Amino acid sequence: MLSVEEIRRQFPILHRQVRKGVPLIYLDSAATSQKPLQVIETMQRFYQLMNANIHRGVHTLAEESTAAYEKAREKIASFIGASSTKEVIFTRNTTEAINLVAYSWGRKFLQPGDVIILTEMEHHSNLVPWQILSSEKGIRLEFIPVQEDFLLDLDVYRRLLELRPKLVAFTHMSNVLGTINPAKDMIRLAHEAGALTLIDGAQSVPHFAVNVRDLDVDFMAFSGHKMCGPTGIGVLYGKQELLEKMPPFLGGGDMIKKVLLRDFVPNTLPHKFEAGTPAIAEAIGLGAAVDFLQEIGMDWVLAHEQEITAYGLERLSEIPGLKIFGPDASHKGGVISFTMQGVHPHDVAQILDQDGIAVRAGHHCAMPLHEKFHIPATTRASFYLYSRKEEVDLLVAGLEKILTIFG
Amino acid sequence: MDDLYREVIIERYKNPLYKGELDPCDIRFEDENPLCGDHIRIDLRVDDQNRVTEAAFSGHGCAISQASADLLLESIIGKSLDEVKALTKEDVLDLLGIELGPVRLKCALLSLKVLKAGVYGLGEAPDDLVGEGIE
Ligand SMILES: Cc1ncc(COP(=O)(O)O)c(C=O)c1O
Repeated sequence: MLSVEEIRRQFPILHRQVRKGVPLIYLDSAATSQKPLQVIETMQRFYQLMNANIHRGVHTLAEESTAAYEKAREKIASFIGASSTKEVIFTRNTTEAINLVAYSWGRKFLQPGDVIILTEMEHHSNLVPWQILSSEKGIRLEFIPVQEDFLLDLDVYRRLLELRPKLVAFTHMSNVLGTINPAKDMIRLAHEAGALTLIDGAQSVPHFAVNVRDLDVDFMAFSGHKMCGPTGIGVLYGKQELLEKMPPFLGGGDMIKKVLLRDFVPNTLPHKFEAGTPAIAEAIGLGAAVDFLQEIGMDWVLAHEQEITAYGLERLSEIPGLKIFGPDASHKGGVISFTMQGVHPHDVAQILDQDGIAVRAGHHCAMPLHEKFHIPATTRASFYLYSRKEEVDLLVAGLEKILTIFG
Repeated sequence: MDDLYREVIIERYKNPLYKGELDPCDIRFEDENPLCGDHIRIDLRVDDQNRVTEAAFSGHGCAISQASADLLLESIIGKSLDEVKALTKEDVLDLLGIELGPVRLKCALLSLKVLKAGVYGLGEAPDDLVGEGIE
């Protein structure tokens, strides 16, 4: 059995002080996770020993770097249960992956009047690309409401499906509420209604085992930087038969098989969607992050976060005037968003920062969700595999201090 | 921090002296800080010499933005509109008596931005109204 202390030893940044004598308490992993040595060193080794542009090169370094890049793709394919590496497209992040689907699949296959179903709890990255498409092509957007208990209203969802939508796109786990949506059932219902499905896995893939074949999802987007990997690398998973039919997203080098002066033949999957020199070191770094997570085991990660979150919910609910936005622990991942009566979330975050506690304040890229609850912002504490109960205690102590300052 | 949340700031946030609305008023302007959703409206009354006789702000936001609005309005009572136009970022920071990083600076300067846009009679409040360093 692993100890959190052993895991923490892998993360140099967790041992820094924010100021002299003030150690870092990092409770902002939903924004981006910290990186273990294994990832940092893998990327450093790549630049020190192997760096070369990938594909088409015949020299040794090019062969090695191409192999390492494609090996990373294999690791990720197996991590999410994809049937083939052709289904794993490297992008910059979740946002780019969703935009790829909206741009390529949406423009080719949607007609004016077609319906796309989203939810009220989407991150802007699973909202704005569809809004752009909607205004360009006259697509109708419908939204599954969030209920009082912070879960999706699945009765409304069933009714919306009667509109015969072309796509249902929703977040697997809300980055604000922590709500984990019943993806498998929602996907099955969508398929029964003839719709394709996309899940925003930005908050799920890092935190629990997600298997695309078990879910039977058509597209899934996620970001490397939230799962112990570097920034600048993300993934679009797509079922091969869908990706085959989709036109290229960006045009340029690498995504072509052949180029004439006035025409081109696109490359095969997955390269068709990877134009230009990709983030090679970052892809390899993400491969190392996947190794790291698999060595620990996603079941361990989930259990650990559930324990911390349950403890956090219990401790935070002791604080007078503090209101938590999110369901109970049984439906929730490791984020706790809250407001404090009479204190603005930015003030909360700023005062906590003085004690080295890093939390986030704002709308967390989910403005419509905040508007629904009639609040401009929340403060969010989020946990990951290296979080400790002691850190929850320090958070609570910091919040109590805020009560005395503003009391 | 205890610096950043000086007693005067907490006090003005909890018990502002100039919070409210003036109806009718001579000058009214509102704007928000999209980053944090802070929203401030300022209402002014001026006399025939164009001196500020009354001022009030409404809206919501963090302690820094609310306290700075309250202190700012207090400081302009009796001032001419030309004097108000000449106010700078440093004047606001002096009133608050704190130093701020770039993110919170926006909170602190929102009220000045709203005030100046209102006094200049502008349709919108450009950031450069209140000096560099706020974008
Ligand atoms: C649920 C969710 N979706 C999408 C994103 C966007 O991720 P990225 O900024 O890496 O594209 C995030 C992260 O902020 C998120 O939490």
